[in-house]
Amino acid sequence: MRIGVITFPGSLDDRDAARAARLAGAEPVALWHGDRDLRGVDAVILPGGFSYGDYLRCGAIARFAPVMGELVPAARSGLPVLGICNGFQILCEAHLLPGALTRNAGLKFITRDLRLRVENARTAWTRAYSGGQQILVPLKSGEGAYAADPGTLADLEASGQVVIRYAEDNPNGSAAAIAGVCNAEGNVVGLMPHPEHAIDPLTGPSADGLGFFRSVLAAGVMA
Amino acid sequence: MSPVDTVARAAVEADLPQPFAELGLTRDEYEKIVATLGRRPTGAELALYSVMWSEHCSYKSSKVHLRQFAAKAPPSGALLAGIGHNAGVVDIGQGYAVTFKIESHNHPSYVEPHQGAATGVGGIVRDILAMGARPVAVMDALRFGPATAPDTGRVLPGVVGGISFYGNCLGLPNIGGELDFDPSYAGNPLVNALCVGVMRHGDLQVAAASGPGNKVILFGSTTGPDGVGGASVLASATFGDAAAAKRPSVQVGDPFTEKLLVECCLELFAGGLVTGIQDLGAAGVACATTELAAAGAGGMLIRLDDVPLRDATLGPPEILMSESQERMMAVVEPGRVDEFLAVCARWDVRAAVIGEVTDAGRLVMTWRGETVVDIPPASAADGPVYDRPLARPASQDALAADDPAALPRPVDGAGLRADLLTLLGSPGLADKSWVTDQYDRYVRGDTVLAMPEDAGLLRVDEATGLGIALATDGNGRYGRLDPYLGTQLALSEAYRNVAATGARPLAVTNCLNFGSPEDPAVMWQFAEAVRGLADGCAVLGVPVTGGNVSFYNQTGTVAIHPTPVIGVLGVHDDVRRRVGVGFRDDAALSSRGGLGGSSPRASIVLLGRTEPEFGGSAWAHVRHGHLGGRPPAPDLEAERRLAALLAAAAADGLLSAAHDLSDGGLAVALAESCLRGGVGCRVGLPGDPFTVLFSESAARAVVAVRPGAEAAFEQLREAHGVPGATIGTVGGDSLAVDGCFVIPLTELAAVHARTLPALFGPVLSD
Repeated sequence: MRIGVITFPGSLDDRDAARAARLAGAEPVALWHGDRDLRGVDAVILPGGFSYGDYLRCGAIARFAPVMGELVPAARSGLPVLGICNGFQILCEAHLLPGALTRNAGLKFITRDLRLRVENARTAWTRAYSGGQQILVPLKSGEGAYAADPGTLADLEASGQVVIRYAEDNPNGSAAAIAGVCNAEGNVVGLMPHPEHAIDPLTGPSADGLGFFRSVLAAGVMA
Repeated sequence: MSPVDTVARAAVEADLPQPFAELGLTRDEYEKIVATLGRRPTGAELALYSVMWSEHCSYKSSKVHLRQFAAKAPPSGALLAGIGHNAGVVDIGQGYAVTFKIESHNHPSYVEPHQGAATGVGGIVRDILAMGARPVAVMDALRFGPATAPDTGRVLPGVVGGISFYGNCLGLPNIGGELDFDPSYAGNPLVNALCVGVMRHGDLQVAAASGPGNKVILFGSTTGPDGVGGASVLASATFGDAAAAKRPSVQVGDPFTEKLLVECCLELFAGGLVTGIQDLGAAGVACATTELAAAGAGGMLIRLDDVPLRDATLGPPEILMSESQERMMAVVEPGRVDEFLAVCARWDVRAAVIGEVTDAGRLVMTWRGETVVDIPPASAADGPVYDRPLARPASQDALAADDPAALPRPVDGAGLRADLLTLLGSPGLADKSWVTDQYDRYVRGDTVLAMPEDAGLLRVDEATGLGIALATDGNGRYGRLDPYLGTQLALSEAYRNVAATGARPLAVTNCLNFGSPEDPAVMWQFAEAVRGLADGCAVLGVPVTGGNVSFYNQTGTVAIHPTPVIGVLGVHDDVRRRVGVGFRDDAALSSRGGLGGSSPRASIVLLGRTEPEFGGSAWAHVRHGHLGGRPPAPDLEAERRLAALLAAAAADGLLSAAHDLSDGGLAVALAESCLRGGVGCRVGLPGDPFTVLFSESAARAVVAVRPGAEAAFEQLREAHGVPGATIGTVGGDSLAVDGCFVIPLTELAAVHARTLPALFGPVLSD
């Protein structure tokens, strides 16, 4: 399986996402923001970082990159897409996912290893987990507070689109302690914590994050 | 704007008064410029000389002392490039080379903490990049005034926020550093930033403009008025009351542009498109052109009209002095210019050809068709050299006589317990998460150890496990008591911290923070520190590869404690065999593994010799506000043996934890190892409990030996000639010292964690 990793100007964890895909058993494929080309990949990761410096609103400029012109219709047609941190912000700005990410309630960047609960283990990116499973994954962001209007939040809860929740502390003031959501079809997932930094206990707090990348490799990808 | 001052005009209007004093030049220096040129300098030339001859750029007061680093350097096969380059380059094996350097941004960080600290990170990263390496991590050594002082509440959050903003956005993990507080830094915080980069041996770039006819390209950000005169006005002057008025001299950082510049440069290097490269830091275009020309074919012709400006009103002096960030200068063969510009365009990096290399021996610059600079570049690049008067201040004797032996000590277990908790909750020893949680330590995915570990440890090669360890240390109190010994203690501690992870120390960098060199007492401190470092490195067998001097860290006539911050780089043969600070519950681990029964526990061994040494100690400082006596005696031979033992024991897999003993001695080290691992320990003390717990004797560490490895470790310890005593075992949920006290981990953790949030506000929202 070939997993594309998009590099925008200011992407930082693209190398890490590619490594995670490789460790999970996939072939990582580098995708460039300026190319209108997904190179025939089977899934796409939008990595963490500060695309365009986050100088406007996080992800607000990246959503207009030429590669997004290809990605958005592909995602709507079922291509598995994972947005991590800045990637999650871009997916929200591109309206592939509901809601928005705002400044942390404490107004400071936070790096912390956190316990997360997998609320929905049926998505393209979480099916390797079991529902309710707790995993230990780092969070590192300054604008990670998930926000949506009450109606949207109620819909997300009702339809099982809340994929990941902070299990203990709510570190950034996210609504309903939401750390990650998916679209209605479950092929597009975004989360603020960084599963690609939890793939090997040597360099992360656990290997719990590998499940995201293994999930998409599992048979029965919605396509 | 007044008509531009040209070389032709300077020859005619020979007696025009010039503002050399306002630009920081002395009358002697000004006259030397006139003698060199055979006429008065133009305005642009005066600007150029003033920044190049500033203390910050020219090292004019320190050069005569710094020569010792090369003269006394121990033989080292590991050095690929040494002092004099942007940064030293060290061979770590398997075809890899590492370059690292630490630099101060003290003065800008006091004036504008956020941008001052941010651009300190940006500047050191470009130094590393200019060597041809990919920057892979940063560290920061920070010192502030008293934690409770109102101004610390302004400066510290700004500095940490600036480092967080710039380093995180640039995608470099922050893997360690220091945080300390002392009244001597109240008007002069120390913000020292370190960057480390990795390259293959063949990737080394040179900072020289060779090949007449080659093009000179300025690329990155545009040039603006920010930081004009920063080098001379800020870095080389003592602050009075006018600090606020200097705010426009602090540069503004753009980490996004720096990230693009890094990727762009690495692609240019990989394509072989660059024959010479220099970063633009202090003194901007003035420094880059003079240094490139002086190190190369000797001449350069620059058209200042072609420098891309963000403020069209700038004239030649401002363009030369501007310290706008995120800029580099490259020398490129004419036939490769198009390819060069194409790579820049791919990364949205602005680039402009601004001149050519010549062999005329002159640095010539034109502006609107007229010559505004025409100088021999070496005269600006080399600068004056001062052997300033130095004198050991008489107050040193009284300081040394004020022995901490006279201080009241705890008399029972309850007193020892209270003192440990007091130390552990003091701002300099408290949990640093408030700071480090604002930094990304994970990005790039190769961080094996980061703060609060003894050293940062990075994986370099995923297949072989080859890695590098880095630590920075300094102790202003030791430096104040004895700058020679204090510097050797800082070197010893950084060396020991690197060794504690299982790495072999290889090379040294330094950032020497001192008061005014015009004060003979300060100059004596500086000379002693440099001599101490050079002598210490010779014994330890690790060369100094480069460094930075920061003078004028004083408010009025009161200088900071002499604070050399020493960085040590080590190589780790296999990072999978790293040893961390935290105790691990082997009993719980093995019972979960199904072994059951009476699982053995790791034994705790205290390595090294403990003497009653309390001069400059954390105990005397925190408990009594006392600074006096003699600092602990460094024992560099013992450090060597200890480091060799730690590396050998790590390689053999004998240790489950190792922690260096420094501030707060064994007591604080045990508490930190318990807290880091979330497991307690029980120890009995060999000797006077107060001395064993709180002395800061050098060349010591505490290790946890894996169950079953005791005999092998004992044999290894004896073979290395390191004194040691088994003092207890890992396990339980408290720190228990037989006959003295028991402290539950929950109590330790609460005392350790609450201090910085109480001072600077909570990080979490709830």
